[in-house]
Amino acid sequence: MSRQPERQQPPPVMRVALRYAKRGRARFASHRDFARAFERALRRAEVPMAFSSGFSPHPRISYYNAAPTGAASEAEYLTLALAREVDVVELVARLNDALPDGFEITAWSLDSPLVLKGQQETEVDGASRWRIEFTPMGPNLDTAISVLLATSSYLVRREAKNRDVDVRERLARLELTAPGVLEMTIKTSSPLVRPDDVLNALAEIAGESYTARITRLAQGHLRDDELVELF
Amino acid sequence: MTPLIDRLEPLLAQVSKPVQYVGGEVNSVSKPFDSVDVHWALLYPDTYAVGQPNQGLAILYEVLNELDWVVAERTFTIWPDLAALLREHGLPQFTWESHLPVKDFDVLGVSFATELGYTNLLETLDLAGIELRSRDRGDADPLVIAGGHAAFNPEPVADFLDAVILGDGEEAVVEVSKRIRQWKAEGRPDGREGLLERLAADGLAYVPQFYDVAYDPQTKAISAVTPNGPNVPARVPKHTLEHLDDWPYPKHPIVPLGETIHERYSVEIFRGCTRGCRFCQAGMITRPVRERSLPVIQQMVETGLAATGLDEVGLLSLSSADHTQIGEIAKTLADQYAESQVSLSLPSTRVDAFNLDLAHELNRGGRRSGLTFAPEGGSDRMRAVINKMVGAEDLLRTVSTAFSQGWRSVKLYFMCGLPTETDDDLLAIADLAARVIATGRQVTGSRDIHCTLSIGGFVPKPHTSFQWAAQASAEMIDHRLQVLKEAIIADRRYGRAINLRYGKGSTGIIEGLLARGDRRLGAVIEAVWRDGGVFDGWIEHFSYDRWQQAAAAVLTPLGLSVDWYTTRERPRAEVLPWAHLDAGLDLDWLWADYQAAINAEEVDDCRWAGCNDCGVCPGFDVDIELAGVPR
Repeated sequence: MSRQPERQQPPPVMRVALRYAKRGRARFASHRDFARAFERALRRAEVPMAFSSGFSPHPRISYYNAAPTGAASEAEYLTLALAREVDVVELVARLNDALPDGFEITAWSLDSPLVLKGQQETEVDGASRWRIEFTPMGPNLDTAISVLLATSSYLVRREAKNRDVDVRERLARLELTAPGVLEMTIKTSSPLVRPDDVLNALAEIAGESYTARITRLAQGHLRDDELVELF
Repeated sequence: MTPLIDRLEPLLAQVSKPVQYVGGEVNSVSKPFDSVDVHWALLYPDTYAVGQPNQGLAILYEVLNELDWVVAERTFTIWPDLAALLREHGLPQFTWESHLPVKDFDVLGVSFATELGYTNLLETLDLAGIELRSRDRGDADPLVIAGGHAAFNPEPVADFLDAVILGDGEEAVVEVSKRIRQWKAEGRPDGREGLLERLAADGLAYVPQFYDVAYDPQTKAISAVTPNGPNVPARVPKHTLEHLDDWPYPKHPIVPLGETIHERYSVEIFRGCTRGCRFCQAGMITRPVRERSLPVIQQMVETGLAATGLDEVGLLSLSSADHTQIGEIAKTLADQYAESQVSLSLPSTRVDAFNLDLAHELNRGGRRSGLTFAPEGGSDRMRAVINKMVGAEDLLRTVSTAFSQGWRSVKLYFMCGLPTETDDDLLAIADLAARVIATGRQVTGSRDIHCTLSIGGFVPKPHTSFQWAAQASAEMIDHRLQVLKEAIIADRRYGRAINLRYGKGSTGIIEGLLARGDRRLGAVIEAVWRDGGVFDGWIEHFSYDRWQQAAAAVLTPLGLSVDWYTTRERPRAEVLPWAHLDAGLDLDWLWADYQAAINAEEVDDCRWAGCNDCGVCPGFDVDIELAGVPR
């Protein structure tokens, strides 16, 4: 590769954290797909992005715990650094006009820990609440839920990584809220337990196979077993 | 009309890269189906990732959708995992915008960039529930109309196509739409055939079924192609768009949500090329050169970036550095975007210092791409044969300047299997690469110098000077590449700095079979597809054995073979399968140019030197259009 001068970029003057939703068909977008779409929306909306320095400057955006491809979400978060002070209400309106169908910014914050602290710190006691809509639900699901909740540990095989994850240990809540609708709260951890892993555990116990629509409803921290949203 | 999306969505959860099928991207257009008179489904016969960035598709999509009585939606060939699920659940090929069945549209417009998309046409037709053969289709079926470079010899797929548009599509698609609207308004007189007659009458489109092909029982070659109707022209001319400035498309191309192979806003800075490289079909069939002016280019870049949010601009053409105002274009755009994060790229193959200045100008903002040159032939003699007018000394001088300015690696494109080529011509590639490395090390004093050689097998194409030439066999290509590889490995001083990339010779043989084939190959293509052949442009799907077996089964009883179509040199007198399709090139001129090639005689570019009498301009009453020259 060729030699060329690094570009020094001015430091950002403002940071804003945004909560956004990924709905309908847009749930099939991967995190990378969203990141590309978001950067393009920023340019179309003429948002004064702050860029990193270096050989290939890129917009300073930090994404927080993206939901898996195929899962919808009402609670995705990112932090955006800006090169100029802007009116956040106007920024959000312009971005929502520019974003592709299925993505919407639903809240913003200038003083969230996402803005003020580093991500690592924010992840302590982190958790997400998920809604699982079965299409359809199996007759043994009820029993499988009770069985899983009665254990203190349940390992599920991750074939791709060839290792086991303990889904029970990370499960803060697991409850049928309506026929065929399951809600669960999973603690953030490494390795990350996904709703899919919990479904695999339930399917294994029930001896059934499930297809379901998965939606992240909220993301935040557990305080006395209650999920407190980031903002 | 019920969109298929609700039944499609559960299936998407089970397939790879589902995002490619969801549509709804920024700048995609959908109109209430019944609010317009003419409905086009535009098919690029490959995956979304490959087809979506296609410039032709983007242009026609906008041209058609700007008409308030027309809608154009997109469709792409569906990957085998989803295709199997669609068949299992009884769902048909759909369009990306409204997720409506393709069969409900008036036209299925297919863009053929390469012959390796032919099996995908059959796959898409079948999944759409449209009869494969034109003659089996009814009045309610869409017209299947092909365009694109490979459509300049559509004969191998003639049985599957209703009509073919030759050349530039912008004006032609509008005219086709008008005739369809008129025909529908009149109550579809004479049904499907009546419409096809209207399209064929003045050569607007080539309708294969209106031409009979006769074969000579002795030579097996074509003896004559004869129109079988009263109002059918003997030869069908290509369409040539004049004044590119009047057609500033695409203005606001679709921004893909899923990842595609090119993610940039491309402006065609000129169309056509008169360099006269004898292997290059694109250069021959898109003549004459028509340049776009700087103000229009500037305006397009500005609007295109604002409408898409893309951060890379490609200044597109067959040889971008040849625009008469390229220096000014590069400087103006580089100035305009110097403070932004927008990068400019110039796909260019010229090997000279001027090109380097351009690369410098375009990259001054920041990101610098690699340097790529395309000498195409390894020896000076070989380059004279293909009319790629650049000497080894020019190349080394350019590379030397590049290395002294900070570049550390160059990529060189070559072809293998060119007419008159010997093993020595391949060894000359290794020698050239070694001299590139040596020059780089000397100029920089560094050993951190690299050269990538990318070698493609040469496939003779219709409407070029090499249309009569014998193609090198797969074995010959593999042998020559082996010779080259061994020479590089044996070079202890420079070999390790050279990275060789090449494919197998077999793909080129099938591409060659289809490129210069005739209607007798339709049965081969169908047999391959029936045996499971799809996505032939993908290494993991392409099966040489399958093609060879299908070809043998169909061709042997006819006394023909794959070799007959590929490695056989055609005599001047032979009626070529595309003889009735007029790209404007004078046959005698092409033959003379072929003879000049064999004698390693070069021909100048008519943009700078005088007219070479290739025949295109007087034949179609068009002329070269240069940006600085007023109309």
